[in-house]
Amino acid sequence: MNRSVDVLIIGGGPAGLAAALALKEAGVENLLIAEREETAGGILIQCIHNGFGLQRFKEELTGPEYAERFLELARGKNIEIEPNACAIDIIDHGATKLVPLLSAARGLMLVEARAVVLAMGCRERNRGNINIPGSRPAGVMTAGAAQKMINLHGYMPGKEVVILGSGDIGLIMARRMTWEGAHVKAVIEAQPHPGGLNRNIVQCLKDFHIPLHLSHTITRINGNHRVESVDVAPLDAGQEPRPADGFNLTCDCLLLSVGLIPENELSLKAGVKLDRVTGGPLVDSSLMTSVPGVFACGNVLHVHDLADWVSEEADHCGAAVAAFLRDGPPRGKTIPVRAGNLVRYALPATVEVGKPARISLRSIAPAEQVTLQAVADTGAVLYSKKLRVVYPSVMQRVELENIPEGVASVELSFVKEDSK
Amino acid sequence: MTDGKFDVLIVGAGVAGAAVARRLSRYRLDVAVLEKEVDVSFGVSKANSGIVHAGFHDVPETLKGKLCQTGNRMFSQLHEELDFPFERHGELMVAFDEDELRTLQTYHRRGLQNHVPFMEMLGPDRVLELEPNLNPDIVGALHAPTAGVVCPYEYCFALIGNAVKNGVKLFTSQKVTWIGRTDDGFRVETEAGLKFKTRFVVNAAGLHADEIAKLVGLTDFKIIPRKGEEYLLDRRVGSLVRKVLFPVPTPSSKGMLVIPTVDGPVMVGPTAENIDRRDDFSTTREGLKQVFAHAQRMVPAIRSSDAITSFVGLRPVATGDDFIIGPTKVPGFINVAGIQSPGLTASPAIAELVKDILLKEGLRLEENPAYDPRARDKFVKIRGLVEVRDFAALGQVVAADPDYGKLVCRCENVTEAEIRAAVRAGHHTLDGVKFATRAGTGRCQGGFCGSRVMRIIHEETGIPIEQISKKGPGSEITPIPLLKGGRR
Repeated sequence: MNRSVDVLIIGGGPAGLAAALALKEAGVENLLIAEREETAGGILIQCIHNGFGLQRFKEELTGPEYAERFLELARGKNIEIEPNACAIDIIDHGATKLVPLLSAARGLMLVEARAVVLAMGCRERNRGNINIPGSRPAGVMTAGAAQKMINLHGYMPGKEVVILGSGDIGLIMARRMTWEGAHVKAVIEAQPHPGGLNRNIVQCLKDFHIPLHLSHTITRINGNHRVESVDVAPLDAGQEPRPADGFNLTCDCLLLSVGLIPENELSLKAGVKLDRVTGGPLVDSSLMTSVPGVFACGNVLHVHDLADWVSEEADHCGAAVAAFLRDGPPRGKTIPVRAGNLVRYALPATVEVGKPARISLRSIAPAEQVTLQAVADTGAVLYSKKLRVVYPSVMQRVELENIPEGVASVELSFVKEDSK
Repeated sequence: MTDGKFDVLIVGAGVAGAAVARRLSRYRLDVAVLEKEVDVSFGVSKANSGIVHAGFHDVPETLKGKLCQTGNRMFSQLHEELDFPFERHGELMVAFDEDELRTLQTYHRRGLQNHVPFMEMLGPDRVLELEPNLNPDIVGALHAPTAGVVCPYEYCFALIGNAVKNGVKLFTSQKVTWIGRTDDGFRVETEAGLKFKTRFVVNAAGLHADEIAKLVGLTDFKIIPRKGEEYLLDRRVGSLVRKVLFPVPTPSSKGMLVIPTVDGPVMVGPTAENIDRRDDFSTTREGLKQVFAHAQRMVPAIRSSDAITSFVGLRPVATGDDFIIGPTKVPGFINVAGIQSPGLTASPAIAELVKDILLKEGLRLEENPAYDPRARDKFVKIRGLVEVRDFAALGQVVAADPDYGKLVCRCENVTEAEIRAAVRAGHHTLDGVKFATRAGTGRCQGGFCGSRVMRIIHEETGIPIEQISKKGPGSEITPIPLLKGGRR
């Protein structure tokens, strides 16, 4: 079965749903969301904890409630969602793209689209990615996999739990497993600062007296059939473990919360160029990738810390795709955005002269009393804001007014007070 | 009371036992294979590097030297009959200086003595033409184009699958704990309580071959585990090398290799360390550093951050370092022990040799007219179609069976239809399904598909979710149900 649409959105999570709503809002009627699971909503469906929607809906919702709000809006606008449909390729087809969708209900569907929005989200880094030495027993899994097993399927992966990595999912799972009767013995974090949001450190660890070992790592996993224990050691300044000062924790379950990777295998098939730092596509200010007509938003572009910011970015993406369908690609002069002092990345990679721009960025390390600046190569300060503290776990956003003519690049940086 | 009476009972369903089983299935014989693990190949063989060596490594006086090249030749026909993943990419042993070049010539001569065809010594320019990502500092290489790569567990599954179709009985999770001699053979008992009678025992028990031999009083050899760590890289870096790359070997090992696996991704390793314990499957920080230092010396673009998973194999090294294949002073008890590298390559030749030994020892070999060298449960794998963008063919596959439209493992493009077929073929663990279909072998390492695979195993077999394991009892994935009747 074949179809032709104006926009095909790949992924029905918060990014895909918000992009679809923004497209409808902008008058684009013929669009389709390809959702690989049975129901849309993405990872939100398994995030049954609250804390979603404070910015967008001005109330605190659980993940499934947040998804349901979007699904209600989508139903109201007659947005078509094809469930159980997995995009397996993106092929350039002259002015359009051909996307084969694998679906049990419809067989192999070839969808021809004038524009494609990548909204596939991200996946968790796993044990192999971080090369933890030791044996390969059962009981070692990512925090998200454990979350799915507990919240969606009703099975516990263990009773005595150690968590490696203090990313938000790991913190949430420390609390969740405690509530379900497990003993969470410790959270181990290689960095000298937590990976997740401060509110999660307080609400998920401190409130339950779960120890957090910063600047520590797991040096070995023990047990051939099921994990029996892990060896933990402090890290020296050069990130080398000191096993002599380490300790052993017995456990039957090790959860990994050691980072997220934008899932861009499909993007690579389409020829989209990726950013080495974010792992997501290199995009311009309209969130269009290096392949004209292919856009990206949400966690497939870069990992966000709040679902609200994902849907906000997707709003912007939807509007930009509508403008692309109406006017073609942006014709203005584009200039590069550079990551300066203390900045891990700044996105998008380019902005357009004469237009406003929204830039998302993260710091490399925590810092106090800094000024977040956007400075043009001409020396003009386009943005400046004092911040009491910045954490790598908290994304910063900068709204720039129309970029002046004559500017050839913009650099984002966190400047310390004393170094000024 | 007996659970079966056989002519030949093979202990161990690794490559050696599986090859012997399949070879014997050509005759009118009652043959059984007992495997202590939950699935075929789960002992030594699953961690094999998967190289079908050309045969220039070992001297012709050894069984290794004699059987390697013969086995290599036999792979073409086996591949044609059984359709397991196998490609003859060739291998290169690379030299970095004049001394190593001289050593290459020794191997070249050895290869000629072993009748290895088409070998050639190549200068640096030609080598770099064949392998542009090799370190430009190399000064030459020995090229053996007949070498290949194979998927070791799929090879095992194919051999056993075909043997079973031709009448061989397979018993998994059956660890042999007792063997007693009778007037006309042996009685064999397992830990799980099964009792068998057999005329012949073929001891292909891998790491435990010395323990099995001891059960009939044979103590003339010992098995020393030689540990090897291997690291699998992301599919993205798969195009870095085309051939299996070796350094010039050391006395204990062929050295650390860069292997373009038959499934695409590159594998690096293995280390080689003799150890005491037979259950030490742990990777180490030092092993990782060693493997990547060696791999980067040959291919500088390889990075440890590209690793998606690692594993440990224990090679069963027998006293004397060679294969031990032959009759023993216990009539009817045949050893197939010490099958370390190049054991996988030699396995078809080992099977041939064991068949000859059994004949000499008095086993009557009468052709089985119903023997079908191709019979096997097979299923379409869509991954190849997705890779070559043959969507017309893919559409037909999905139209014929909608389960092919349900993508379960999206890293490796494995569908529900493939997983159901693997479970029906007897793979009831996550690792078993993984080896049979590749679901969970990709970059997310089963993070997304693990729970769906468990549900399919449950639906096909009725095994409760909480009892579904990674690799057998004791390795259950989610051992604790939170509520009865929870959504599965």
